[in-house]
Amino acid sequence: MSSQDNMSEEHLPEATQPHGEVAVHDDPFADPGLPPHEHRRTDIDERAARRAERQVALLFTLSMLATIGFIAAYVAIDKSKVVYIFPFGHVSALNFALGTTLGISLFCIGAGAVHWARTLMSDEEHVQERHPIEASPEVREKVFRDFRVGAAESGFGRRKLIRNTLIGAMALVPLSAVVLFRDLGPLPEKKLFNTDWAQGVRLINMNTNLPMKASDIGVGSLTFAMPEGLTESDENFQEKIAKDALMLVRIQPQDIKDKQTAQWGYEGVLAYSKICTHVGCPISLYEQQTHHVLCPCHQSTFDLSDGGRVIFGPAGHPLPQLQITVDGQGYLTAQGDFSKPVGPGFWERSA
Amino acid sequence: MKKLSARRRHPLAALVVLLFALACTGGIYAAVSPGQAQADTSSSQSLAVEEGKKLFAVGCSSCHGAAGQGTSDGPSLVGVGAAAVDFQVGTGRMPAQQPGPQVEKHKVIYTQAQIDQMAAFVASLGAGPAIPTQSDWTSNEKDAVSKGGELFRTNCAQCHNFAGSGGALSNGKFAPSLRGVSAKHIYEAMLTGPQNMPTFPDSTMPQQEKAAIIAYVTSTGSSDSPNYGGLGLGRLGPVTEGLFGWIFALGALIFAAIWIAARTTKVKKS
Repeated sequence: MSSQDNMSEEHLPEATQPHGEVAVHDDPFADPGLPPHEHRRTDIDERAARRAERQVALLFTLSMLATIGFIAAYVAIDKSKVVYIFPFGHVSALNFALGTTLGISLFCIGAGAVHWARTLMSDEEHVQERHPIEASPEVREKVFRDFRVGAAESGFGRRKLIRNTLIGAMALVPLSAVVLFRDLGPLPEKKLFNTDWAQGVRLINMNTNLPMKASDIGVGSLTFAMPEGLTESDENFQEKIAKDALMLVRIQPQDIKDKQTAQWGYEGVLAYSKICTHVGCPISLYEQQTHHVLCPCHQSTFDLSDGGRVIFGPAGHPLPQLQITVDGQGYLTAQGDFSKPVGPGFWERSA
Repeated sequence: MKKLSARRRHPLAALVVLLFALACTGGIYAAVSPGQAQADTSSSQSLAVEEGKKLFAVGCSSCHGAAGQGTSDGPSLVGVGAAAVDFQVGTGRMPAQQPGPQVEKHKVIYTQAQIDQMAAFVASLGAGPAIPTQSDWTSNEKDAVSKGGELFRTNCAQCHNFAGSGGALSNGKFAPSLRGVSAKHIYEAMLTGPQNMPTFPDSTMPQQEKAAIIAYVTSTGSSDSPNYGGLGLGRLGPVTEGLFGWIFALGALIFAAIWIAARTTKVKKS
């Protein structure tokens, strides 16, 4: 072994008996016990131990320097500065410096500690015997005797009235907690069934915030709409648009497969809910040649030319269509609310 | 001469002759009346239509029909407009090379002048969107990038990803990445809705809004735009980030654990 060739004899420990249990030679299945302890080089060579100590200290010092570098970078580097660093490309100089220095300072603490444990801390094997979990027979005997005496003295088994009323009282107490659950929030009422669409409500273009005419919607186009009266500055805008979001497409009348779909639209302009009926993701991955809409979450696919029918994926209900028409000035308006609740199914929803 | 005669039945002979004839006609016309072509726009327009018709007959009519009326192999081009031709041929999608779920981007095989001639011919078949100009796709609004970002997330991000990295659609179709696509072609795509992409006509998305979207896409897609988080990982979202984390970060942790638990070198006194 080359590692011990350059080692002076006086550093080597006395040859001792292995301290594990020695196996009985004539029994091949006996527990051989622990193998004899072997020394590491740092255990026996003081120079190697000092070198290991310096290495650990160097790692800890590096960590200190990196932490100082972290603070310096935080103070010195402007947050809008962008630099080019080879495999990463253009990165924010501040983020890069903070990440690198913090990474080095944390890594060096860990690496120093592990190196310390592996080279200098004691690595003597210790055996810890397991103890039986069971109590001693005397203790067990006394516990059972005390229990029997206590049960007899309380009369729990004899006085049936006390026992039964106690069981009844204990069973009823949790009911008060169940009643308190009612205070967790208001009941949803009919909120899941209704949206803000109603008879005569105009469709507002989400891009321009203006009402639209049927002639604005070209064949093959895709437009997003919200009900008139809703503005993005409204406090509950997100809550409302989560149900009201509408997508408008126009399909050539001869390509519409379902009679009711065509009737509910206006001259081929069809309005559908933008909320997937599976778990409520916004869907608008519209393919204008196939008239399919794909949900990016679980790949449910709906056919807009056929009443929003589900043609693939886990969605359980067709995409709700909004019945639309035009008002006296030619603007697109809703004929009422959606006939089916929008979004995912829920407990009280009928098919 | 004998050699040339031997090749007269070659499949490409007709094309060569036609191209030669075209070059001659164009050349002679240019030589005879250079000043007139500049001055008289209507006659140069009708010449472009004429030239475009010839190019169309060679390169496009087998699928789209001699008059662009469409066949079982290709849709009608009546009313698609010059912008559609400029996008499809200008990005190398047309002429289509092979059938598949979606016609993909290829090397452009026509010059811009030829593309303009074909576009003029297709535009003459029926009214459609014209080729946009620099002033159409340039936004002079100060907050164009942030406004465009909002419009992009409303109208485009569902298919093209929030950073324009593209994404999958059904049955092998996909929304392509927008990196490196010229502003003109993005504008034309919004205007004409190539293949399965819906159109975003000026009536529902005015020209300034399209310009703002282009400002946003150009700003995010340029290689100079910094990755504030370090590695962009294609800006594809949680899938690549998760994959990177699982493979590289967990891999590094496994090696660290092996190092911690590894046996240290022992000195045996033999």
